Amino acid sequence: MPILEVEHIRKYFGHTEVLKDISFSLEKGQVVSIIGSSGSGKTTLLRCLNFLERPDQGIIRVNGEILFDANDPSTQQESEIRRKRLHFGLVFQSFHLFPQYTALGNVMLAKELLAREQPGYDAGKKSIHAKIEGQARELLRQMGLSDRMGNYPHQLSGGQCQRVAIARALALQPDILCFDEPTSALDPELTGEVLKVIKELAEQKTTMVIVTHEMAFARDVADQVIFMDEGHILEQGSPQDVFEHPREERTKQFLSRFKQG
Amino acid sequence: MEQILDQLPVVLKSLNIGFLQTLKLFMVTLIGAFPLGLVIAFGAMSRFKPVSIITKLIVWIVRGTPLMIQLLIIYYFPGLVLRNPIWGGGEGGRFLAASVSFILNYACYFSEIYRGGIQGVPVGQREAGLVLGMTKTQIFFRVTLLQMIKRIVPPMSNEIITLVKDTSLARIIALQEIIWAGQAFMKGSQGISGAIWPLFFTAVYYLIFNGILTVLLGQLEKKLDYFK
Repeated sequence: MPILEVEHIRKYFGHTEVLKDISFSLEKGQVVSIIGSSGSGKTTLLRCLNFLERPDQGIIRVNGEILFDANDPSTQQESEIRRKRLHFGLVFQSFHLFPQYTALGNVMLAKELLAREQPGYDAGKKSIHAKIEGQARELLRQMGLSDRMGNYPHQLSGGQCQRVAIARALALQPDILCFDEPTSALDPELTGEVLKVIKELAEQKTTMVIVTHEMAFARDVADQVIFMDEGHILEQGSPQDVFEHPREERTKQFLSRFKQG
Repeated sequence: MEQILDQLPVVLKSLNIGFLQTLKLFMVTLIGAFPLGLVIAFGAMSRFKPVSIITKLIVWIVRGTPLMIQLLIIYYFPGLVLRNPIWGGGEGGRFLAASVSFILNYACYFSEIYRGGIQGVPVGQREAGLVLGMTKTQIFFRVTLLQMIKRIVPPMSNEIITLVKDTSLARIIALQEIIWAGQAFMKGSQGISGAIWPLFFTAVYYLIFNGILTVLLGQLEKKLDYFK
């Protein structure tokens, strides 16, 4: 059974249809890269998965459970959405780290707030806190930030910030980790360190949905590539299929620009 | 000069009493205007049109007219026009009317500062919190609030220092604050008359008090400097 199933998602902003009948599925431990020009609906799709936007039609399923069904209001209750969001993690293009917390604080904050709601928190406060901090330190170490844990976001480079943001998302152990153009706000020199970390996550079989403009990266890291254009999925398949043998004229045209460059 | 030295103890005692009233008006205004400003800010940002229009209208009127006129209208209108002197007589009544005028006036200025502070925090901060499963309350108190405070401290400091000096406007309804106390020695009070220096000397009080405030507010700003 696929870990993620997206069926017939449609989304309108006013009268503009930005997502037109989007369907795809993803197996556990696999990576899907979503490519396409700006305005093709890639980011909106990610925002729908993370409940930052509400699709006007369609169904989202994780592990077989219907998380969202546009025709079933009972799947859209505010209180439930918070819990459902935790199936997904989202790494933003411009990080959105919390500036008043250190790198470590950013990774720990949400997990601590969630722990507070668990029964028995008051009794085991100290050990729970120590456990969360241990996990956070380990995540930052994996991200190559051992010596940066006590730094505030403004003391970090863009690449370091983005790696903190990845650790922050991983801290909640989401089933599916989403990336929204994770390197688009970075200097070319800094993209490498972020892409390397994402590649390592792929090798560890982290299930990921990656929206990116880094074509070589999209091809290397993905098990599946989706090419979006004007709100449609125009092409979908293995990296070889989409990059080497695109069927659609529009895909060829889009990819040719990157091949030249 | 010798005469001034003789008069000094009497004058200082009187000015101290006046300054206490100045401080009281200052504190009451802050305590009232801080929360009321927030209410007005939310009103102005309300998606419910009638609320935001009415709020913005009030802010426009209050910011568009002199505080001195507002003081006069609020103090005299109920008694002289409506024949219903709601403020009561004496210094207590004057203080009440002055407090209401100052709180309303300053809340409108504060509301604009709050609005800037709230809207200045990037939407991404809220969205990052949501995606991490935080509740809206948690996001406000753990993420947005401190960033908002950091943004509003410098403009707020400005308003607070202006408020110290603006309290002197309450002289117009004969509130016995420090300017009133200083002026009394011109007309004659406690055996001293025709003396203008006590009035000039009141400036020293404002200067020292604002000096202290500037240092305190500067320290607060520095304290929030650890993040950007």
